[in-house]
Amino acid sequence: MNHRAIRAIYLFEMARTWRTLLQSIVSPVVSTSLYFVVFGAAIGSRISQVEGVSYGTFIVPGLIMLSVLTQSIANASFGIYFPKFTGTIYEILSAPISYFEIVLGYVGAAATKSIILGLIILATAGLFVPLHIHHPVWMLAFLVLTAVTFSLFGFIIGIWADGFEKLQMIPMLVVTPLTFLGGSFYSIDMLPSTWRTLALLNPVVYLISGFRWSFYEIADVSVSISIGMTVAFLAICLAVIWWIFRTGYRLKN
Amino acid sequence: MTIAQHLLETYHQWAGFETIFLKAIATGQGHSYFGGPPDEPARAQVPVHPPTLAAPMSSIISVANLSKTYGSGFKALKNVNLDIRRGEIFALLGPNGAGKTTLISIICGIANPSEGKVLVGGEDIQISYRKARSLIGLVPQELHTDAFESVWATVSFSRGLFGKPKNPALVEKILKDLSLWDKKDNKIITLSGGMKRRVMIAKALSHEPQILFLDEPTAGVDVELRKGMWEVVRALQQSGVTIILTTHYIEEAEEMADRIGVINKGEIVLVEDKTTLMQKLGRKRLTLHLQGKLGALPESLSKYKLELCDSGATLVYDYDTKGERTGITSLLSDLRTAGIRFNDLDTTQSSLEDIFVDLVRTS
Ligand SMILES: Nc1ncnc2c1ncn2[C@@H]1O[C@H](COP(=O)(O)OP(=O)(O)OP(=O)(O)O)[C@@H](O)[C@H]1O
Ligand SMILES: [Mg+2]
Repeated sequence: MNHRAIRAIYLFEMARTWRTLLQSIVSPVVSTSLYFVVFGAAIGSRISQVEGVSYGTFIVPGLIMLSVLTQSIANASFGIYFPKFTGTIYEILSAPISYFEIVLGYVGAAATKSIILGLIILATAGLFVPLHIHHPVWMLAFLVLTAVTFSLFGFIIGIWADGFEKLQMIPMLVVTPLTFLGGSFYSIDMLPSTWRTLALLNPVVYLISGFRWSFYEIADVSVSISIGMTVAFLAICLAVIWWIFRTGYRLKN
Repeated sequence: MTIAQHLLETYHQWAGFETIFLKAIATGQGHSYFGGPPDEPARAQVPVHPPTLAAPMSSIISVANLSKTYGSGFKALKNVNLDIRRGEIFALLGPNGAGKTTLISIICGIANPSEGKVLVGGEDIQISYRKARSLIGLVPQELHTDAFESVWATVSFSRGLFGKPKNPALVEKILKDLSLWDKKDNKIITLSGGMKRRVMIAKALSHEPQILFLDEPTAGVDVELRKGMWEVVRALQQSGVTIILTTHYIEEAEEMADRIGVINKGEIVLVEDKTTLMQKLGRKRLTLHLQGKLGALPESLSKYKLELCDSGATLVYDYDTKGERTGITSLLSDLRTAGIRFNDLDTTQSSLEDIFVDLVRTS
């Protein structure tokens, strides 16, 4: 194991984060605050309670997941796309490191960043609404699992993308709608039954449901199904990455 | 003094210098370019094999039956066989699109071979890629650099990437040798093209490679700094590093290389010691345009290596400018005795450039 190489990539990526601190941390915090103002105050005043918790409190886990998902994908996809774009990937490819180590460096850094971000948003939310976390360990476990899984997913997008449009496309066209429809702002029990069945095809529903359970012990689907779905998605991403490196897809001629 | 003589002379001076260096090594005064870290005693002991020594040289890179077909179906390398000797400077010459970069990319692990096998330091580049790659430093042709990192950070990153522990003293030495020390805290984006190229060289050297690939290292580097760069390259060679460089400048190959390989349309068309090439270079050709056509050479001229061309209209004599005597005087007087008269004469000298152009055209 070339642990120095993993460390080098990890620290390099983290350095990029600190350099772009403003856009990586401040902007998600600002937009989360806006969500609280708009959804929590404006809408929340009409929906008094969802399943026993106030609306403002109810949306906190969903808001965190929304940011963690999008940021994991954005960080990891950009992290690997950029060296491809500038050509500096030559050095990674010619270094004595295994593919697993490359992934560990890039995905590790992207996941770290979005976990930190998730915690910052959690703290920000605490300023707006009273928070109570029933299962902090499970909460962290869901956070880490989600960050890692979607960083892997972002890594795949970054390798697949051969232009900035493609890099934006998947997050814009697929991930954002899925998260908004994934029960961030409502319980899917509030949907009519046909929509509810459709919603169960959305993987994000399971993530948010599980995450919310760790906060308030309320869930749309059972926790074990949530974990199962997340792990399944993680396994799919790992399989795709394994295939990418085995074939050199979009990395090697 | 002709250019060829001059080149030979500088070459001999250089070889002489190496001999001195070799003695220094033998008496234990030699030192590795990288300062010979104590955890790597092997590399300090890597013997220097200057081209002038007859000692057999083991190959550090061995390319066998290597072919490369790109996804587009284009065949960029066709059954390439090449051995690079430990400690030499090997210049790979070839026109645009010949396959130089493709060959280097495969050896370094950036592109996959379609067929064939490459051993680096005896290790298969696909099976023992870790061992093979850790021996190699690569300076690619294109300027691929980060933008917002500092010079220091990017060079230190490369060292880490190759699994080496931090060594600020070494990074400092490399940056100083490449005249980059005063730029160490600058963001790479603020550097000029020539500086960026040197940053890439610094990155490649940061992990103390035993083999250094320089893909057109002097493109865009000014004359002064080019000299400095060659000094670094020579110092590296003296510490036992094998260097493979590509260039379009034949003078550069003449000046730097121990051996020269020519590649064209994906095929290696020539690999030769530079000294041998230089000897060819030291030869001249005297062409005599005869007054009348000659059916055959008279017996009295048989001791000369003469050739009758243009159905007897011209007489060609090849001679060595380096020889004690060229034989021209006696040839001319023997011609007169034999009653052979000529209208005109000229002499030509083949340069490496001619050899190169010839090879590329005919292959
Ligand atoms: N990724 C690629 N896909 C398809 N063809 C390629 C690719 N890269 C290179 N080639 C082709 O392979 C051939 C060899 O290219 P290569 O870059 O190895 O040449 P070179 O000898 O380095 O040339 P130069 O002196 O211009 O740098 C060229 O005809 C080039 O068009
Ligand atoms: Mg090239």
